[in-house]
Amino acid sequence: MGTFITFPELFILLPLLFGVACFFIKNGNVAKNIALFASLITLVIVVTSLCYTDVKYDLWNNVSYVWLKYIGATYFVGLDGTGRILALLSAIGFPLIIAAAHQNKYEKTNSFYGLLLLSQAGLMGVFCAFDALTFYFFWELALIPVYFLASMWGGANRVRATFKFFAYTFAGSLLMLIGIIYVYLHTSGKMFADGTITQHSFSIKAFYEASITPDAQHWLFWLFFVAFAIKMPIWPFHTWQPDAYDEAPTTVTMVLSGIMVKMGLLAVLRWLIPVLPEASAYYTDVVIILSIIGIIYASCVAMVQDNLKRLVAYSSIAHIGLMCAAIFAMNEMSVQGMLIQMFSHGINIIGLWIVVDIIEQKTGVKSISQLGGVATKAPVLTIFLVIIALANIALPLTNAFIGEFMMFAGLWQYSNWFAAVAGISIILAAVYTLNMIRSIFYGNVAPVVEQIKDINISQKLILSVVVVAIFMIGIFPQPLIELTRVSANYLLMTMGK
Amino acid sequence: MNAIIFSAIFGVILMFTGAFVADKTIPKNIAIAGILVLLIMNGMELYTGSPIWNINKMEMLRVDGFNLTFLEVLFAATLLFFLLSGRDVERVGEHVAEYFALIFFVLCGVSLSCTYNTLLLLFLGIEIMSIPLYVLTGSKKSNLKSNEAALKYFLMGAFSTGILLMGIAFLYGGNPNASFYINNLDLGVGKLTPMISVGLVFLVIALGFKVSAAPFHFWTPDVYDGAPTVFTSFMSTIVKAAGFFAFLRLFMYSFGAVQDQWQDLIIFITVMTLLVGNFTAVFQQSVKRMLAYSSIAQAGFMLLAVFALNAAAKEGLLLYAAAYCFATIGLFAILIKMKDYTIDGFRGLAKEQPVLAFSATVFLLSLTGIPLTAGFQAKFMMLVASAQFESKLWLVIVAVLFAAVSAYYYFRVIQAIYFRPRIAEDNSTICYEVSPAFKTLLIITVAIIIIVGVYPEFVVGWMYHL
Repeated sequence: MGTFITFPELFILLPLLFGVACFFIKNGNVAKNIALFASLITLVIVVTSLCYTDVKYDLWNNVSYVWLKYIGATYFVGLDGTGRILALLSAIGFPLIIAAAHQNKYEKTNSFYGLLLLSQAGLMGVFCAFDALTFYFFWELALIPVYFLASMWGGANRVRATFKFFAYTFAGSLLMLIGIIYVYLHTSGKMFADGTITQHSFSIKAFYEASITPDAQHWLFWLFFVAFAIKMPIWPFHTWQPDAYDEAPTTVTMVLSGIMVKMGLLAVLRWLIPVLPEASAYYTDVVIILSIIGIIYASCVAMVQDNLKRLVAYSSIAHIGLMCAAIFAMNEMSVQGMLIQMFSHGINIIGLWIVVDIIEQKTGVKSISQLGGVATKAPVLTIFLVIIALANIALPLTNAFIGEFMMFAGLWQYSNWFAAVAGISIILAAVYTLNMIRSIFYGNVAPVVEQIKDINISQKLILSVVVVAIFMIGIFPQPLIELTRVSANYLLMTMGK
Repeated sequence: MNAIIFSAIFGVILMFTGAFVADKTIPKNIAIAGILVLLIMNGMELYTGSPIWNINKMEMLRVDGFNLTFLEVLFAATLLFFLLSGRDVERVGEHVAEYFALIFFVLCGVSLSCTYNTLLLLFLGIEIMSIPLYVLTGSKKSNLKSNEAALKYFLMGAFSTGILLMGIAFLYGGNPNASFYINNLDLGVGKLTPMISVGLVFLVIALGFKVSAAPFHFWTPDVYDGAPTVFTSFMSTIVKAAGFFAFLRLFMYSFGAVQDQWQDLIIFITVMTLLVGNFTAVFQQSVKRMLAYSSIAQAGFMLLAVFALNAAAKEGLLLYAAAYCFATIGLFAILIKMKDYTIDGFRGLAKEQPVLAFSATVFLLSLTGIPLTAGFQAKFMMLVASAQFESKLWLVIVAVLFAAVSAYYYFRVIQAIYFRPRIAEDNSTICYEVSPAFKTLLIITVAIIIIVGVYPEFVVGWMYHL
């Protein structure tokens, strides 16, 4: 029981309250600024919380309220290394996203930013939840604002594409709900402070200690995994993703690809492997093979994409696939690398989408073949894009290099063959990324590019933040590694390694 | 017991009002006063544990925290119904006082079928509940569809009544105790005797008919579509929930001990109901008809309570009744304000009436079962209840897959409201005039749904009060 407001509560409450407030502000510009302000405050608080990670500040970082006493559910939010790194990612990501959206005109501005903040609240909830029911609650809640954002403001086919996305994730999460209920019914009881005893409990500790027979673990694994695989997405559950990314307004795509996909990875780390360790060990190869198929498949599709947004979408599938494979390789190297890469990938992909958005806003096209010679008109933009794109293909000195290197090293330890096949994706990524840079930024100046101007000062500022983050982590990753070490070790401990 | 007396009294008062008072608005006000009295009296009984007059002769009734809480929820839903749609009841036809009187008689039947302890009172309760409904369904005399619906409902209902009575007779004859008391049926040990099995099956058929479970659902879409929309709202929510309660009580007290012998029958009905309700709702163009089929689909979920029959199932049914009644009554109230009942008729509602659009969205999300709404807690408790039968876990999986299907047709309405532009580009409005009081009420309903969704103990806690 907390006697004061703890950090995770603040992470959730601040965006929630400001988000609701945004709906009632009629003036769009004021709402926009409030949203930016709110996300910056959240950032400050998240950064502050990083100074209080020590065990002696436990009361500030964990809190649990009695919620549904009669079934043993608590509202339990807390922070561990994984939660912190993802909270930090979403705290850095949202100000960037909101600032980048500043240039764009969205109708009903107040609702747009209100929903954006609500989705941040939902995401923070997922990252901080330590009670299965709380987790499920936020898992679905994060989806609803994004559904409305993408359906209301997206492209021509938005309603269909977004509903496909919604239906996939909703069906997946309902299956997960059955899994949660099944595990719940096999947990031991819990005693509340006032002496009430329930038969079962939803707390994460009870879930880790639940007595589930190996047979049950096998099908439970798939109930959970399918839900998470849809969210990440892992091949063959990925078909919603390119459509949704393409049709959603780019601002929303940033939320989806930068932050929301991490929900699936976090869920595997926190709710799948430790709860069902035996089945997870048993299906390791299957999952890694699915991931690798996804990596190669997505990279190949990305190579022949003409639609810029779809290209980035497919490249994202490839990256997420690698992270998923790294989790299941389950050694210290791969898991740590994956935790760092979750953060780096978020930053890079948001940066990449910002550039894509700028190009789309300036020229009005998103087809690569219609673009060309942007570098002559907008040299500064080109510099930024090249840096971000190189980070995306994990060049040394950039942030993604650290994560990918560790993941590949870990995967190599697990199996040389898997690492070798997955390694092809590095080459493929270089091919499609460099191809994209070449045909958009160099070559003859395309007609739509004739009139464009270089980016303005605020865009420069936003992109500089991204670039600074890329190099900071690339050169000095130690703080991130420290932050995640405990989580990684705990995970490996539950697997008995 | 207070509820049975006071609902009958107010029914009679309203009947006389029709004869002596010409003013058309007075019956509505009396009805609202009446339902408030019912709420208070029933609440008092729940709080103190004793009724004003004890009419429980020979233990024919059984009153406990569970059924009083359930009645309280149903009365609260009726109050909401009167406040939101009372005006529209006045518009149905000439005999305003009679409509309200009939509704109170239905409530009397509802109270009986929630508190019965003998099969005779079950029969009485169900009949008192049904007969006024036949009249209400046909209350739009000049409307051919309404007449057709009433006749259909009456004929089919009469049939199911016969089956119900026959089932009761078989049970009475088949058990050595020769008892009507639901907790005193001697079912024997081991396999049920043929007499009792036949009685049980007949009761399932009759009650399945009343709650429109497939394959006894064929009357539902036509009756719900043909009846005046206000009365559809009433019978698809409050009456249906009461029917489920009667169903659950009968099986809990009479047949709970032999659950393994009839569970497969209920599983079959549940799966059929989910299948028929959901797949047919997908193809509907009219929101009213879609809600009729979706009410069948929701009935499939509520049947899980009868399937499971444990403590969680009781909580689940209570929450389900609350969530389903409030959301559906709210949706119907909005539907009545629309000029066009098709899904396309909802296009552009967000621009014209943001409050209506927002509330309709919350109601639809609640029916889908999205967290933060009461609908989620209800579905969740039902799943917790049914998942306890480990060998029948596939039923739970089927149920949630159909819940995912239901998202399709509920979200089509949301998509029409928010994301699709209007078809006609003129300045005509798509809905009739809406008073600020109506909007305020909708917001209050939304608030209740969210409060129950976040903190269901608010409702469930009362169950254990007595």
